[in-house]
Amino acid sequence: MAFLEIKNVNKYFPMENGSQLNVLNNINFKIEKHEFVSLIGPSGCGKSTLLNILAGLIHADSGELLLNDKAITKPGNDRVMVFQESALFPWLSVIENVMFGLKIQQIDKKTAYTKALKQLKAVHLAEFKDSYPHQLSGGMKQRVAIARALVINPAVLLMDEPFGALDDQTRLLLHKELINLWLKTKKTIVFVTHNIREAIKLSDRIIVFANNPGRIIEKINIDLPQPRNKDNKKLVELENRILNLLQSEMNFEGGYRYEEIGA
Amino acid sequence: MKRLVHRIIFVLFILLIWQLFFKLNIWPNYLFPSPMMVFQTLLEGFKDGTFVNAIIISFKRLLIGFFISIIFGVLFGLIIASNEMIDETVGPFILALQSIPSIVWLPLALLWFSLGEAAIIFVVVLGGTWNMVINTRTGIKNVQPVFMQAAKTMGVNKIQLFWKVIIPAAVPHLITGMRLSWAFSWRALMAGELIGSGSGLGQLLMWGRDMGNMSLVISIIILIGSIGYLTDNYIFKKIENKVLTRWGLNT
Ligand SMILES: Nc1ncnc2c1ncn2[C@@H]1O[C@H](COP(=O)(O)OP(=O)(O)OP(=O)(O)O)[C@@H](O)[C@H]1O
Ligand SMILES: [Mg+2]
Repeated sequence: MAFLEIKNVNKYFPMENGSQLNVLNNINFKIEKHEFVSLIGPSGCGKSTLLNILAGLIHADSGELLLNDKAITKPGNDRVMVFQESALFPWLSVIENVMFGLKIQQIDKKTAYTKALKQLKAVHLAEFKDSYPHQLSGGMKQRVAIARALVINPAVLLMDEPFGALDDQTRLLLHKELINLWLKTKKTIVFVTHNIREAIKLSDRIIVFANNPGRIIEKINIDLPQPRNKDNKKLVELENRILNLLQSEMNFEGGYRYEEIGA
Repeated sequence: MKRLVHRIIFVLFILLIWQLFFKLNIWPNYLFPSPMMVFQTLLEGFKDGTFVNAIIISFKRLLIGFFISIIFGVLFGLIIASNEMIDETVGPFILALQSIPSIVWLPLALLWFSLGEAAIIFVVVLGGTWNMVINTRTGIKNVQPVFMQAAKTMGVNKIQLFWKVIIPAAVPHLITGMRLSWAFSWRALMAGELIGSGSGLGQLLMWGRDMGNMSLVISIIILIGSIGYLTDNYIFKKIENKVLTRWGLNT
C-alpha cells in the first residue's frame, strides 16, 4: 500500500450551456513517502482541480483518495497547500503568518514563535520577520508561504505553481532552496507546474496530463540524484520527450504554446 | 506646498468676491455680513466659549450615534452576509433605507422621542447605520477565496476561519464603512439638531436664524464644513490609508 493513493478519480464541472465538463477523467496514481511528484500539463487539464481535491477543498465526483490508508474528505493540516499567488495574510507580519498554523492548534505563543523563527531562518528570511507581506518581493513572499506550510510539518506539501509568477532568476534560486529543504525534511511533495524544465529538475516522478478530458498520458521516473545539473544528457532527453508528448496534444484550442512549456 | 498656495489663493479670491458683493450693498448688512463681520463672530464665539461648548455637545451626540450605528451596522451586515436567502430578501430594503435623507426621519423622531436627546441620536443612528450594513456585507462577501483556502489547508475550524481570516480580511471595507458612516452621521446630526433642545451646533444655527443673525449662521456653516472636512481628512482618511497600504490595496 502506498502513502498517498489516488484511485479512479473523476470530476465534472457544470458548463454555461448546461452540459458537464469532464475535468478529471479516471485519474490513478500512487505517491510514496518522501517522493517529489510533479503534475504537468496544458492549461485547463485539471491540475489545480486535482490538487484542490487532494487538499480536501473540493470533492471528487467519484473515486477514492487515501492518505496513509485513510480517506481524504476535508481539508486538514496534514496536507498544506502553497498557492501561485501570495496567499499570505496581509494583516499579519511575516512571523505571525508563519505562526498562524501553529497558533490555531492552540500551541502556546512562545513555542510557536521559536518554531516559526527557525523555519524562517531555513528560508533565509529571519531578518524580515517583522515586515509585512506588502513590503516583500514576490520571491520572498513565496519563501514565507513555504515556511508557513513547512512549520506545520504536514505529511504532504501541495504546491500549485508556486513559482509560476516569479522571474527566471528568482525561480532558479527558489528551486535550489526547495531542493535543499526537501533533502533535509524529506517531505512528500505534490508539485503542479507548467514548466517542463522545472518539473524535470525537481521531481522524482513526473505525471503528464492532457486536456479534454483531463487525463494522465504518461508517468515518468527520474532516477537522478539531487541536486541535478541542468545540462545532464538524460535531462535534456527527457525534456524533449515531454515536449513531444505535450505538443502532440496541441491540436485543439487551449493547447500548449511553446513559451508556456519552455523554461 | 504648491497645492497649499493654490488653495490660499482660492480662498482669498472667494473672500474678495464676497467683499465685493458686500460693498455693492444689495442686501442690508444684517442679512449679508462682510467677511470681517463673520470673522469677528467666529472669534467672539470661540472666546466666550459658545462654539467650543456647542462643538462638545454635538460631538457627544455624534459619537454616541456613530458607535451605535457601527455596532448595528456590523451586526446586520454579518447576518446578511452569512445567509444567501436573508441577503437576497433584505438587500434591496437596505439600499432603499440608505437612500433616504436623514431629515426625513425627523417627524418620526419627534413623535417617538419628543424633543429629547434620544430623538437626535435616533436620527444620527439612522443616518449612519445603513451604509455600515452595506460595507460590512461587501467586506465579508469579498474576502479573497485564496485566503480562506490557505487557512483551511492549515487546519482552521469554522470559528477560527471567521475570526482569524474573514473578519481581518474584511477590515479595509469596515474602515471605509466607518469613514462614510461618520460623514453620514455628521450630516444626520445637523438635521437632527434642527429639532430638540440643547445648544449643539445645529441648534446654534437655528438660533442664529431666529435672531436674524446671519453672521452667526455663516460662522456655524463654516464650522460644520471645517469639522466635517478635518475629521474625514485627518482621522479617517489617515487610518484608511494605513490599512489599505498594509492590506496591499494601495497602488
Ligand atoms: N469551480 C469551477 N466551476 C466550473 N469550472 C471549473 C471550476 N474550476 C475549474 N473549472 C474548469 O475546469 C478546468 C480545469 O481547471 P484547473 O484550474 O484545474 O486547470 P489547471 O490544469 O490548473 O490549469 P492552469 O494550468 O491554467 O492552472 C478548466 O477548464 C476550468 O475552466
Ligand atoms: Mg492551475
